[in-house]
Amino acid sequence: MLPTKRSAGLALTIALLAGTSAIAQQRVLNYYADFDAAPLAAMEALIADFEAANPDVDVVLQNFDHEGYKTAIRNFLTTDAPDLANWYAGNRMAPFVEAGQFMDVSDVWADNDLGTSLASAAASMTMDGKQWGVPYTYYQWGIYYNKSAYEQVGATVPTTWDEFVANCELFKAADIDCLTTGTSALWPGAGIFDYLNLRTNGYDYHMALTSGETPWTDDGVRATFAEWAKVQPYITENHAAIDWQDAAALMAQGKAANYVMGNFAVAVFKEGGMTNDTLGFMAFPTINPDVVRAEEAPTDTIHIPAGATNVDDAKTFLAYMASADAQTKLNAALGQLPINAGSTVASDDPFISAGFELLSTTPGGIAQFFDRDANAEMAKLGMEGFQEFMVIPGNLDAILDRLETARQRIYK
Amino acid sequence: MAVAAALPEKRSRSWWAQNQQTLTPWLFLAPGMAMFALYVIWPIFASFRLSFYDYDGLGKEVWLGLDNYRELWSDPAFVTSLKNNVIWLVMYMLAVPAGLGIAIFLNQTVRGIRIYKSLFFFPFVISQVVVGLMFAWFYAPNFGLLYKLIEMVTGKGIAVLADPNLATYGIIVAGLWPQIAYCMILYLTGLNNVAPDQVEAARLDGAKGLRMLWYVILPQLRPATFIAVVVTVIGALRSFDLVSIMTNGGPFGSTRVLSYYMYEKALSEYGFRMGYGAAIAVVLFAIMMIFISGFITKMIRDERGVR
Amino acid sequence: MFPRPIAQTTVAKRALYQIALPIALVIWLFPLLGVALTSLRPASDLASGNYFGMPSAIAWWNYLDVFRNTDMERYIFNSFKVTIPTVIGTLVLSTMTGFALGIYKFKGNILIFFMFVAGNFVPFQILMVPVRDLTAGMGLYNTTTGLALFHIAFQTGFCTLFMRNFISALPRELIEAARVEGVAEWQIFWYIVLPLMRPAIAALSVLIFTFIWNDFFWATVLTTSASTQPVTAGLSSLNGQWIAAWHLVSAGSIIAAMPPVLMFFLMQKHFIAGLTLGAVK
Repeated sequence: MLPTKRSAGLALTIALLAGTSAIAQQRVLNYYADFDAAPLAAMEALIADFEAANPDVDVVLQNFDHEGYKTAIRNFLTTDAPDLANWYAGNRMAPFVEAGQFMDVSDVWADNDLGTSLASAAASMTMDGKQWGVPYTYYQWGIYYNKSAYEQVGATVPTTWDEFVANCELFKAADIDCLTTGTSALWPGAGIFDYLNLRTNGYDYHMALTSGETPWTDDGVRATFAEWAKVQPYITENHAAIDWQDAAALMAQGKAANYVMGNFAVAVFKEGGMTNDTLGFMAFPTINPDVVRAEEAPTDTIHIPAGATNVDDAKTFLAYMASADAQTKLNAALGQLPINAGSTVASDDPFISAGFELLSTTPGGIAQFFDRDANAEMAKLGMEGFQEFMVIPGNLDAILDRLETARQRIYK
Repeated sequence: MAVAAALPEKRSRSWWAQNQQTLTPWLFLAPGMAMFALYVIWPIFASFRLSFYDYDGLGKEVWLGLDNYRELWSDPAFVTSLKNNVIWLVMYMLAVPAGLGIAIFLNQTVRGIRIYKSLFFFPFVISQVVVGLMFAWFYAPNFGLLYKLIEMVTGKGIAVLADPNLATYGIIVAGLWPQIAYCMILYLTGLNNVAPDQVEAARLDGAKGLRMLWYVILPQLRPATFIAVVVTVIGALRSFDLVSIMTNGGPFGSTRVLSYYMYEKALSEYGFRMGYGAAIAVVLFAIMMIFISGFITKMIRDERGVR
Repeated sequence: MFPRPIAQTTVAKRALYQIALPIALVIWLFPLLGVALTSLRPASDLASGNYFGMPSAIAWWNYLDVFRNTDMERYIFNSFKVTIPTVIGTLVLSTMTGFALGIYKFKGNILIFFMFVAGNFVPFQILMVPVRDLTAGMGLYNTTTGLALFHIAFQTGFCTLFMRNFISALPRELIEAARVEGVAEWQIFWYIVLPLMRPAIAALSVLIFTFIWNDFFWATVLTTSASTQPVTAGLSSLNGQWIAAWHLVSAGSIIAAMPPVLMFFLMQKHFIAGLTLGAVK
């Protein structure tokens, strides 16, 4: 989308009052981001607030389409760096930190005592003892389900995996897909894998696997896939050619019962006609009762590229984005959870409350997401493997061997 | 020569006047050659060089020797891409006879035939991005037209792009659509120049059906066939747009071709192994070179024949 | 397999042919018709599963929506910003190279000519990384100028082939006569050869316009944001946002396809002349 100048009206007023000098002195802050439509509007409102507080700064937001952005960032960081850029926490930011493309913003953390207010995400923003950006939102993953479908077949909401699998027979008899997904873009399949692995083997095992320390041919991994094989026959057919939003539509239409998704999907379910009365959310069921519950909650972040030209204003903006007020406001609009401990959570939204409850009580640890925890190349190969397994489960050995070969090459 | 007469008088035979016939072609060539060398010739060598390095576009280049190439042979995704490229090449060749068939069908003089010809040619004018979107919609699971049609006939729809065994063929069919149109227009132009008296004479001699086509018509269409084959081979090996729009190489990499895999490895979201990508590009280049040298040899032969 | 001219056959056969033509055309253009129809369907039809029946209304406003809710006009403007300079630049360079290679006999002529021809067949991927780095190095990454410069260079290969063959088919006596009159070489180019090349220039402008307008690969490699992306890349990213909105995808596709289609129908003769160069000898 075009650079949006929220300040146009304001700037015009100033120009009329003070002549052209005010405009000439306005410092431009270039911000590249990848917001969807609703979050974009929320962000623009925040930017307007920021500009009102800092009238000499003009934030020029250039918005990219979500998927395209992930490719574009590698290019613009090295060629025409903005002053601010959206990205993700955890391992996903490691290549940029290692290559010196993100600026060390430890001083912003220190000056604003972010170590306290953003404590929950501090670890995922820290590498080599320094902080490389500011987190502004996160959201839970879990299972979203169609309450009407559950009523229709007389199933109860499961708490264990065995119950979940048993329900699948009921749904199948009613010609409803027990578990739906759309893996055309690959990543939705990784959500299923992450949870199966977290519930089967626990957080530490999952982290060791995604960071390349555990072989893919390990028995633990096989145990995870054995659980997956139990639901494989009940997963929506042709998911490999279906976009995740189209699969959400299947659930909204009552053709599917459950969907492993992130909370951002609620908007899509509701667009498809679901309401708080028909849409349900549950934590992913327990598989191994001895494994401590861990959850998945990806964190979205803002960084200052090393090539930024207006560093001072960029740091002011980061501090602003880290503040409790800004995060409250933005996340209310996003329908997601603020990182800042001083922020308030929209309590009238059952999904946000459920997510807040789920994450604040997690004893086992919080994973980012497969493609953020694992090395990028490994993530891609892994997600292809997950998709292949869901289409042709018989290929499991070949898939795991392939992933193990890749692991040995990538993490040598 | 009116133009020449209007031009100024001959000047004294300066150095320039003596040498202008030798120098002029080089002056005229210079800008074009400079651009071409910078953007086409030099990058080929640069990619060859890069294929021996590990480079992620951010950090330093690290010398690897032949490691990238060694990895290629044990990379299942590369083997799949190579195999798919062969399928593309073979299937794409159908565009040549199909184009000829439609051209013969349309090679009549009736009212409005010109409009029919241009409408048949129409798919070639449309961007492959649009063609890809059209066919993706046509194949879409649950509500695509083809899916519905198959469901109506057999009771169970087929999601072409979700099936690893069918997806590549599904994309090729989308690619054949404009390619057939291209071959058709080449043949229509060729057919315009088929000597009617020869056809008539052959007909009097009793030539019919396939024999007529093979012995009388096709030899006269040889130049059209040559170009049709050249553009079809190149089209098959360049098959990037459709794969990118319709499947992104999926399901699980089963529709990758070299041109797409190279992009995926070098520039896409999870990629940025530019050295490895360059090695893939070198292999693709080598395959293309086999064809290019064949074409060029033939063109040089023709060139000599003319002079 | 080579039918007689239809005029020489029976009335029945002629009638049959006249009926077969439209049927064949509809089958041939089936995907296109489907998309055209979908682009005029209201969103509610798609939501209620009416994909192929009669549309409940003619939703021409889908086209307005595309412009209103997206940067479509920006994308189209960018496409023109890439395409028009490319057409002009390529024609300037290739009339010159074509002139040099078509008129003069000198050592290396054939070699240079085939360098242009061969370069034209090269797979894009082998140019990709260096061209991207080169463009970035010149500060032209993610600009329409950077994209146009590459297109000019690459298309010069194809156009040189075309121009050179066209020029060498011109009557040589014309040039010889001018030389005898003492006309300078550049004047031969400007006053004698160039005017004769009008048909070639016309043919190439339509062809190059279409090729560049439809380019997707280089648009993806060299541009990233909506402020610079041409319509092919724009459509691809809109497709990512318009999940389950096929009426908009269809309308967007048709809008994106329009300019080259118009160009083709307006300049059909030149277009086909350019494309079929060498199909007859």
